[in-house]
Amino acid sequence: MKRFGALLLLPLAGLLSGCDMVVLAPAGDVAAQQRDLLVVSTLLMLIIIVPVMALTVFFAWRYRQSNTSATYAPDWDHSTKLELVIWAAPLLIIICLGALTWLGAHLLDPYRRIDRIEAGQPVTQLHKPLRVEVVALDWKWLFIYPDYGIAAVNELAAPVNQPIDFRITSSAVMNSFYIPALAGQIYAMPGMETKLHAVINRQGTYSGFSANYSGAGFSGMRFAFHGLSDQAFDQWVAQTRTASAALNRDSYLELEKPSENEPVRHYASVDPALYGAILNLCVERGKMCMNEMMSIDAKGGLGLAGVRNTLPLQYDKLARRGAVFGNDPSYVASICTAEEAAAVSRASRDAWPTYWPAKNLSPLRGAGLLRPGTDSRSAEADTPTVGLLRREL
Amino acid sequence: MPDTLTKFIFGRLTWDSLPLHEPIVVATFVAVALGGIALLGVITYFKLWGYLWREWFTSVDHKKIGIMYMVLGLIMLLRGFSDAIMMRLQQAIAFNGSEGYLNSHHYDQIFTAHGVIMIFFVAMPFVTGLMNFVVPLQIGARDVSFPFLNNFSFWMTVGGAILVMASLFVGEFARTGWLAYPPLSGIGYSPDVGVDYYIWALQVAGVGTTLSGINLICTIIKMRAPGMTMMRMPIFTWTSLCTNVLIVASFPVLTAVLSLLALDRYVGTNFFTNDFGGNPMMYVNLIWIWGHPEVYILILPLFGVFSEVTSTFSGKRLFGYTSMVYATVVITILSYLVWLHHFFTMGSGASVNSFFGITTMIISIPTGAKIFNWLFTMYRGRIRFELPMMWTVAFMLTFTVGGMTGVLLAVPPADFVLHNSLFLIAHFHNVIIGGVLFGLFAGIAYWWPKAFGFKLDPFWGKVSFWCWVVGFWFAFMPLYILGLMGVTRRMRVFDDPSLQIWFVIAAFGAVLIACGIAAFLIQIFVSIRRREALADTTGDPWDGRTLEWSTSSPPPAYNFAFTPVIRDNDAWYDMKQAGYIRPLAGFKPIHMPSNTGTGIILAAFSVALGFGLIWYIWWLAALSFVCLIATAIGHTFNYHRDFHIPASEVTQTEEARTTLLAAQG
Repeated sequence: MKRFGALLLLPLAGLLSGCDMVVLAPAGDVAAQQRDLLVVSTLLMLIIIVPVMALTVFFAWRYRQSNTSATYAPDWDHSTKLELVIWAAPLLIIICLGALTWLGAHLLDPYRRIDRIEAGQPVTQLHKPLRVEVVALDWKWLFIYPDYGIAAVNELAAPVNQPIDFRITSSAVMNSFYIPALAGQIYAMPGMETKLHAVINRQGTYSGFSANYSGAGFSGMRFAFHGLSDQAFDQWVAQTRTASAALNRDSYLELEKPSENEPVRHYASVDPALYGAILNLCVERGKMCMNEMMSIDAKGGLGLAGVRNTLPLQYDKLARRGAVFGNDPSYVASICTAEEAAAVSRASRDAWPTYWPAKNLSPLRGAGLLRPGTDSRSAEADTPTVGLLRREL
Repeated sequence: MPDTLTKFIFGRLTWDSLPLHEPIVVATFVAVALGGIALLGVITYFKLWGYLWREWFTSVDHKKIGIMYMVLGLIMLLRGFSDAIMMRLQQAIAFNGSEGYLNSHHYDQIFTAHGVIMIFFVAMPFVTGLMNFVVPLQIGARDVSFPFLNNFSFWMTVGGAILVMASLFVGEFARTGWLAYPPLSGIGYSPDVGVDYYIWALQVAGVGTTLSGINLICTIIKMRAPGMTMMRMPIFTWTSLCTNVLIVASFPVLTAVLSLLALDRYVGTNFFTNDFGGNPMMYVNLIWIWGHPEVYILILPLFGVFSEVTSTFSGKRLFGYTSMVYATVVITILSYLVWLHHFFTMGSGASVNSFFGITTMIISIPTGAKIFNWLFTMYRGRIRFELPMMWTVAFMLTFTVGGMTGVLLAVPPADFVLHNSLFLIAHFHNVIIGGVLFGLFAGIAYWWPKAFGFKLDPFWGKVSFWCWVVGFWFAFMPLYILGLMGVTRRMRVFDDPSLQIWFVIAAFGAVLIACGIAAFLIQIFVSIRRREALADTTGDPWDGRTLEWSTSSPPPAYNFAFTPVIRDNDAWYDMKQAGYIRPLAGFKPIHMPSNTGTGIILAAFSVALGFGLIWYIWWLAALSFVCLIATAIGHTFNYHRDFHIPASEVTQTEEARTTLLAAQG
């Protein structure tokens, strides 16, 4: 191994000089600080790794069986001093590294607003952050610029030396939003929002991609990130505004369908409520937004009606395909007294020939529970159909 | 046949489920089928079925079960490695607009299967096999605490492996990555059978792993020879104890989380779905609460192997036995406090990330202490560079690098730029190959003569060693570099041509490793051919220090004619120093457990149950579940559980050994 290592060094140096180690030479200040931490940590650890490796080789050679001149102490198995050293030395390194970690993790927390553009240049009132809403789709990226009312697929642009404020979510499965030249990655997850703050310091085109496997089209889920001068960025915005397409709920639902290796696409206008709807899983009409549901739940929920109110909450695409148990989705059309509900359901049964009568599930769901508006068990027995309307999907 | 009837009988299994459209799979199937038929033919021709059934499949002897685990691990290594080399080849050629030779449907299954197989069906059987074989011998016991349970555990592990292998030819495997994160692994995004194969294979194998963990804990706690206090146990036994504690504490978490995922997929619950308040992040947490202890489950026993090997081949007591034991225990406890470092990038916040980052770094302190202890065991020793020692030195040099990159990844901001990159892949292969696999090869070379009565051929062993070590560096150093170039894992095609050279180098490394595996197989073959020349008649070929070397090679079924009495932690070394004389008379009948076929039958029903659940063949699932329970109950009425080896037979066996030893001089 040692012999091979020496032989390898020359071509290796040649190869290494030829490749672009973007993680070690990033173009954004956040990534640069992360790189610094990486290098400092490595050096700290080398303090202990190098002696250990050297000693391993040295002891292996020195105390080989054929070397009878070396000391042989078959029963020597303890030394308090040595024990102290071998526990204390790593401990000291880890204390240093732990301190660095604590500081680094807090200062470089992706949720924290950046406080400098680069070393020696703090963020001031003059720096207006560029807000970008990022949606990971199957299998492409959607970038919405709420301040400009434009959007782009698989292309991201930002002016240099201006803080960028990313809000990140996903439409279906977990992805990870990563532009190595700009800053570290953060997961993009459906129904949740993660944040990333960063700045790009050098003009250029950098590559961005998903760093978390997300299905068949994962390899092609790449985009170009352009670090532009202010004028060039304004030009890019103006050019995007000339695009013919507009991004609204309908065109989003079209875009959201799984597709691979998508070309760059621009949208001249964006429905301002769209990102919120994506985040709350309610782009499709008739779906209840998660934030609505949470506020209902916070006020005590829908009660028994909530048990049946499943259709507006169902989101996972192709849900239950192939599943064999479980209820079909249903939804609550109205909440009213039993008599009213009975009348409504009778009327709707007459009006809608495909009406699918609900099974009486009361034995399964606790027969003791009374329906809204009933004051005794007998009242319920008189009601021919249940108070909640069910429709077949 | 009417459609509903077909559906009732076959569930969702149809002709289309057979991957006849994938020529690579078809070719593999033909090869495997021909090989399998040939193997079955040979067994039938030489009338080996009865022998295999009586002497191996139904055996409750911990040594035979240990060896069967190793055989399982080796077979599955070949499968897992062919996945690896296919990935390397794909990534080496999929440049400049080339799609490579694998479509995403096939490639995504391959990297999932590679991870699952290598962890669950290669590393785990190898480690369990080694512990099974060695631990009872090291503590002077005749068998494990629950011999039948041991046999059952083994066959359940085989059952899981059979389900994974079946997915290659019937249906498909998961396309989710080896931990099957939802929502991708949910029914909405993975409606096919792949994830179901994943779930049921791991559930079936998980039963085996958990039970074997319980078994070995009991064995180590209750069955040590008189005089062997906890602090006189050999280090390998200590690390095995800690590993099995980890198994028993963490595998139920895996079982629970996979059950919840199964409920989501089968019954329509919403534990990990996007909608209805499901929380995929919970799955990620739970699976890593199992997953991180799992890596210590794998590495700890090998730390034990390195300790035994270093001490034996340096001809010296282990340096710092006590601190070694405490280091192991500290690692065991800390391994539960670090799981979040696998997903710093999920947005847990700076304080949580720092906590888990720092606990992770703290683990490196006892690990570092262990490395130093091995180092100072070598110091002032007389090191014999036999194969096990060569693997140990290679381990010490390789593992320190892997440890360093691991601590690096524990710094959250550094992890943000390296997470899920090929740097991460290089790191964990660096510790798993450099630690677990090198340790296994050291352990196999070390205990092989004990198991079979002859040493392994050193020439082919050295060929294998150099191919593995050099191949490892060629295969994974480029991945470190690619990780620093910002290349992420699980990519199928690339558009930056400057990356290609590194993937080609990595593929070359994989080819070297393939040579290493081939050389290892040749080594076994050659050693069997040359077994007379390589024979070990003493039972103690390496001048060993622990009890297993005090008995014959291979040990008799009862291991020790008389239970040894222990006075020191290097028990056998101490006995040799004190002029131990083998007792030659006064043998008594020995009480032994009887073989039983129940384990293999239960496992077969479990496989059928899993298959039925995977394909929605409900009658099969129900039937095999009923049979499973009935067989288990039926077995409680089996009263032929034990027998006595008559004293005359013991005397005969021991006299044969006396003759052998006398011939030795």
